[in-house]
Amino acid sequence: MVELVIFVLMGSGALAGGVTVVMARNPVRSAMGMLGSLVSLAVIYVVNLAHLVAAVQVVVYAGAVLTLFLFVIMFIGVDRAEDTSETIPLQRKLVAGLALVVAVGAAVLVWRGRFSWTPAAAESVPIPNGTVQALGGELFTTWVLGVEITALLLTIAAVGAIALAFYRRSGKASAEK
Amino acid sequence: MLEVTPGWYMTLAAALFVLGLTGVLVRRNALVMFMSVELMLNAVNLTFVAAGRAAGVLDGQVAVFFVLVVAAAEVVVGLAIIVAIFRRRETASVDELAALRG
Repeated sequence: MVELVIFVLMGSGALAGGVTVVMARNPVRSAMGMLGSLVSLAVIYVVNLAHLVAAVQVVVYAGAVLTLFLFVIMFIGVDRAEDTSETIPLQRKLVAGLALVVAVGAAVLVWRGRFSWTPAAAESVPIPNGTVQALGGELFTTWVLGVEITALLLTIAAVGAIALAFYRRSGKASAEK
Repeated sequence: MLEVTPGWYMTLAAALFVLGLTGVLVRRNALVMFMSVELMLNAVNLTFVAAGRAAGVLDGQVAVFFVLVVAAAEVVVGLAIIVAIFRRRETASVDELAALRG
């Protein structure tokens, strides 16, 4: 019962946030919609006992990533209105059709698949409790190579971002008009 | 009493994914397109959590963890590129970035 209420509330919150991201003319509104979507999903994660994932979602996504987005929006400026005219003929209709196909396909797959929390073979499956201890144990034993590779990836990303920030074109020769 | 099955979560995830897809395809502001991509990644994270719970294993949440890290790295590099483009071209609209058009 509690899960149902939270699912309906937070699910509609996540969807409303998503609609705001796509529809809002002002990028700051889009960012706020994304914030709502991310926090709603974090609550849904808590209901699914994914505690660490929920915490990381709020800290990393809602905290770091969204702040970064807002910084860049402020840097680039929000006053420039986006051109909303259709330059590619039929673009909107094609996108709507594609979205409908994907949505209907996914819905059919999900409801035909008849997922349930307990597989047919087992009587009952305990919900995996994603505490820091459990998830950390898993990450640093089974998935330790993946953790190291992502650490490397993060280092490369940071170095790349700094390189892009300090990049200056040397010489005047340029193919650009 | 209605029970929330994994199907409900996956339907929600599918709806979020489609929203993100629409945003990427329709919007022209590079920043908003980027946010839509993040929305799609979040939808996939939700399926991972729900599927992991349905299977009774922690692997779904481990996968979410890795997706989160990669998404963070992607945002850092992507925003740096957007800022670099903006400094040269004074625009964040993908329609005006057609220098490679044949």
